Amino acid sequence: MRQHQVIIVGGGLAGMRAAQKAQEMGADVAMISKIYPTRSHSAAAQGGVQAAVSPDDSWESHAYDTVKGSDYLGDQDAIEILCSEAPDDIYALERMGVIFNRTDDGTIDARAFGGTSVKRTCYVADQTGQVLLHVMWEQLLKSGLTLYSEWFVTRLLVEDGRIAGCVALEIPTGRIEVFRAKAIVLATGGIGQVYNPTTNGLVVTADGQALAYAAGATLMDMESVQHHPTTMKANGVLITEGARGEGAFLLNANGERFMEKYAPNMKELASRDVVSRAETLEIREGRGIDGCVLLDLRHLGRDLIMSKLSQIVELARDYANTNILEAPVPIRPGHHYIMGGIKTDVDGRTWDVSGQGRWRGVEGLFAAGECANVSVHGGNRLGGNSLLDTIVFGRRSGAGATEYANGSDWAPTSEDALLADQEAAVKAIFDRPSDGLRASHVRLEMGTAMDDGIAVFRNEEGMQATLTRVRELKKDYGRVSVHNRGRVFNTDLLSVLELGYMLDVAEVIAVSALNRRESRGAHAREDYPERNDEEYLKHTIVHRGADGDPVLDFLPVTMTRWQPQERTY
Amino acid sequence: MDVTLKVKRYDPESGEAPHYQDYDVDLPEYGAVLDGLLAIRDEQDGTLSLRCSCRSAICGSCAMKINGRSRLACKTMVSQLKAEEGDVISVEPMGNQPVIKDLVVNMDMFWDKVRAVQPYLLPEGPEPEKEYRVSNESMMELAVAMNCIMCGACVSDCTVLEVDPSFLGPAALAKAFRFAGDPRDGHTQQRLAAYTAPSGVWDCTRCFMCVSACPKDVAPMERIMDIRVMAIDAGMTQTRGARHVEAFASSVKHSGRLNELGLALKTFGLLRAAIDLAPLGIRRLLRRRMPPLLHKKIATAKNIARLFDRLGV
Repeated sequence: MRQHQVIIVGGGLAGMRAAQKAQEMGADVAMISKIYPTRSHSAAAQGGVQAAVSPDDSWESHAYDTVKGSDYLGDQDAIEILCSEAPDDIYALERMGVIFNRTDDGTIDARAFGGTSVKRTCYVADQTGQVLLHVMWEQLLKSGLTLYSEWFVTRLLVEDGRIAGCVALEIPTGRIEVFRAKAIVLATGGIGQVYNPTTNGLVVTADGQALAYAAGATLMDMESVQHHPTTMKANGVLITEGARGEGAFLLNANGERFMEKYAPNMKELASRDVVSRAETLEIREGRGIDGCVLLDLRHLGRDLIMSKLSQIVELARDYANTNILEAPVPIRPGHHYIMGGIKTDVDGRTWDVSGQGRWRGVEGLFAAGECANVSVHGGNRLGGNSLLDTIVFGRRSGAGATEYANGSDWAPTSEDALLADQEAAVKAIFDRPSDGLRASHVRLEMGTAMDDGIAVFRNEEGMQATLTRVRELKKDYGRVSVHNRGRVFNTDLLSVLELGYMLDVAEVIAVSALNRRESRGAHAREDYPERNDEEYLKHTIVHRGADGDPVLDFLPVTMTRWQPQERTY
Repeated sequence: MDVTLKVKRYDPESGEAPHYQDYDVDLPEYGAVLDGLLAIRDEQDGTLSLRCSCRSAICGSCAMKINGRSRLACKTMVSQLKAEEGDVISVEPMGNQPVIKDLVVNMDMFWDKVRAVQPYLLPEGPEPEKEYRVSNESMMELAVAMNCIMCGACVSDCTVLEVDPSFLGPAALAKAFRFAGDPRDGHTQQRLAAYTAPSGVWDCTRCFMCVSACPKDVAPMERIMDIRVMAIDAGMTQTRGARHVEAFASSVKHSGRLNELGLALKTFGLLRAAIDLAPLGIRRLLRRRMPPLLHKKIATAKNIARLFDRLGV
């Protein structure tokens, strides 16, 4: 049995930041990641990271934009922390080696992004996430962190409501081991593959959300799922918001800049939910082209495009056969992010330390980044705030986990029983006949159902159909089988385990979405088109009931200084 | 679009030797090789193992040999390969690294080499309260190297690593440039000394394989040349590599041709040349391939010297 005070699950930005902080504080910390850390999907964030570093900006302005962007569903105490601590974290990243683009006086430059009142997005061309991820990884190499790379966590161990460790499978060998820990930080990223199509990578399979849910923690605001306005038709891959930040236009089939109609002030730079809805309406009303609208960068000129947006030149060429210097590229809204996640406080704790039991959590279990919900994004996340979330709350949860671990004892675990249990679970999958269902087929069915019913616009009937389909697929899950029964690098087995995680989370998303009978942020209902603060200015929370079904409840939203207003851009 | 993927299979648990297996797949117009492999894995044969994630050439997971060249499977379009290289596409694991299973290689050596170049900023002196003030140009010069996604394609195709596994290799040295060239770093001299030691930048043979393999235009070999220039500019002229460059240029400048014997003597020094190059010398003598001791004078050699002078070298 392996043993570490603090175990970080996930090697993306949030996980690396948490590990770095825990290590800095002297904890015995290890990271478990199902992929080598630089493969994490944080790398795909292109446009930038928000922080009020410009002399004419303020963190309060950043906080207000974030509150407004969240459609007032974000917790304002958490948003204040996010925005006030942002500049110091950005400076710290710069001192570690991030090569931010600079202004003429050598300070960090900022570009415009959607939903922000000033230029506030710090960036490295259109490779910001990749550079941040690699610099954090460099820091981990420097510090000699213990890394379990290509280990897949199959369950969390909970004893008397406290975290005791986890069980993980080493992918290259198929070996299963028990890890003992005083604290665990989940930093596994989003749920992308629950949807089809999605901008997210194939490894983004809701692992952390599902592990926490199964262990008894709370998932919050899972209906808040973001569709990004500019994704490519062929494979759902993202084109950065930085393109519009630098001045690109959105055009319909008639060549009109239709955003002038929907957001007269901010136009293309309204927040993502607003732009995705506008595009969907244009396409529905017959002003699209093959289910897309057009993103036009031509007037920006070759120099600007090649220096600040070169990655999307490549992407458009490879996946849409389009030279964006010469022609507009067809794009459409596509699944991108989930604002909802594992309910945590501002130190990443999943349990309610007030002792009032306002929500269910697991003592010693922490979460950060996209898999968590602090909640700073509420009903709609602003571009550039997700990288920031990982950096600020990754750090805070690393610190929180270390402090907790320092003040607590080891919970008991029973290694032999756990190993036997897990081996049996794998054997049960291997024992199913090879001609059973393929995980990929069930995943595609689930992804299509989610995209049909719980995407840019939603209604009761559509969401109910999705929930019904997901529940049927959950029943089918027991018949999903593998071709590969080997031990070594068995990705066939992994795809079955990941599918189980995703089906659980898909059900929670559908149940949460049906329950919110109003429109707020990315949750836009055709049958309840207005925001309803009287009844729904509150968080949806879900935990797993004794019978395995999701149990719904609500939590109040924390307000500090901004009262809800009508939201226009 | 129908295509046949000829995939190299290996399963250490099966007891079978590596072999090729053909799969026919039907792909959409913009299908990448990765889409083909996923179609195989998802529908036809779940025993096929590979690494992949982002589908957009940024995570660096899916480097493999496609039609013999190392590339990212997600960025290699099937329609283009079919048009240029024929209907059957071969897919094999990367080279220069041991295979774990099918298209998955063990990258431990790759990461060890990256670690060996101290791949993190080492500033000296007091930290600024906020950020280091540096020019945009100085940062964007590094962006070329920061583009590296650590996919391993360059290492897979490196011809030096094929014969000398101790070479740091193109990926690690491109990463090294990123720090040697960073104005915020305080260990430039130590870095250059380390990178010009044996197994470092002077061991590159400039074959260009890494430049053509790199899917992100990092051009690792160019970064290796950047480090060489930085090292010579910093006065590190007593490495074999630097002496070789100097002797090469001097020979051409003064005689208009390359004096290979003189080059060997100046690069290695008399004693080391006698010892290290003796077997090579004997082989060349036996095969009558020894370069002449004295060259015929070239009448117009002065013009070459003038060219050198005009270029100021």
